[in-house]
Amino acid sequence: MIANYGYKDGSGEYYISIDTDKCISCEAGRACLTGCPKGMFETMVDDYDDEVVQIKQQFRRNLAYDCADCKPASSRPPLPCITACTPGAIAHSW
Amino acid sequence: MSEQLNSGDKKPEFWRWQETCWVDETKDWRSAKAVTVGIDVGSVSSQCVIVADGELYAYNSMRTGNNSPDSARNAFKGVTEKTGLTLNDVHMVVGTGYGRVNVPFSHKAITEIACHARGANYMGGNKVRTILDMGGQDCKAIHCDDKGKVTNFLMNDKCAAGTGRGMEVISDLMQIPIAELGPRSFEVDQEPEAVSSVCVVFAKSEALALLKAGYTKNKVIAAYCQAMAERVVSLLERIGVEEGFFITGGIAKNPGVVKRIEKLLGIEAMNTKIDSQIAGALGAALFANTLVQKQGPLAPIAA
Repeated sequence: MIANYGYKDGSGEYYISIDTDKCISCEAGRACLTGCPKGMFETMVDDYDDEVVQIKQQFRRNLAYDCADCKPASSRPPLPCITACTPGAIAHSW
Repeated sequence: MSEQLNSGDKKPEFWRWQETCWVDETKDWRSAKAVTVGIDVGSVSSQCVIVADGELYAYNSMRTGNNSPDSARNAFKGVTEKTGLTLNDVHMVVGTGYGRVNVPFSHKAITEIACHARGANYMGGNKVRTILDMGGQDCKAIHCDDKGKVTNFLMNDKCAAGTGRGMEVISDLMQIPIAELGPRSFEVDQEPEAVSSVCVVFAKSEALALLKAGYTKNKVIAAYCQAMAERVVSLLERIGVEEGFFITGGIAKNPGVVKRIEKLLGIEAMNTKIDSQIAGALGAALFANTLVQKQGPLAPIAA
């Protein structure tokens, strides 16, 4: 399942997508949980009883601001969450 | 003096939609092996669905009150009064929706995303692939497989544009009953430009400005329906739309929005004879039925 967390507003679309099929048997040892400097990821048991990662509720409506530190306007380094997630389950829309 | 007397008069509630309670008189829950209940406590409406042996038996759809537990109890009570069913006769209850964790007598809470997919799969059959749930205060685009399992979803709960609450606001502003908005939106000589599709507050002030500029009420409604359609279509396009398109939630009853969505997408929404508003609760009751098959019935939890 692709779970998209985030929102669209007048300034743009801000979604973090998590491919939970890649997430169920995480080969990276849930490195995203500690990889994100803001600690935005958490584990949960989804509706189909699989343990997967999701974005914490309190961050879902502020992604543009909370992710801003990792996304400077120039010389953008690789995002720590995407780097940590070696199975490639995490993607950003912006 | 007359003003004082009139002040006691009840203000017309144009936004108030029809609450419904339905029972399949051809069935009897007493002869069913598994009776399960789905309770969907949404931000605007609450539904209770009874499923007997995996088939829809009864439902009640009503406005959500000022607290989730009471809304859940009232939704269930509405059905019990018509069927004679009590909680002791129910094998499992699953709660869903915005207030799912506050359903006092539920055995499990499942997100409305999974429940709407499951409910739409029952209502529209196994060809349903893309679901648009236009709820009271949020809007969801869901992809599912032939079994109704979610494969992709996207939710907008940050603003009320493109939701039932937004439509209620316009209904009150125009002083036209909410059920008439859809048909009246087609009674225009020319399709107007959409009003602001980003914010319901801006849309409201824009609607007032259009009225002042000489637009008829029907034309303003048409502009608002178009804005709502554009709003949800942008959400749908993000996850992609496949054949087998199904709309759930209260707005599915508004042809003014549905027809405009279909036109923008170039695809027709699937029809159903079942009330689109109960999809979430129906999905919850079907999940409960599956759990009963796997785990057996559970003891009732006091309401």
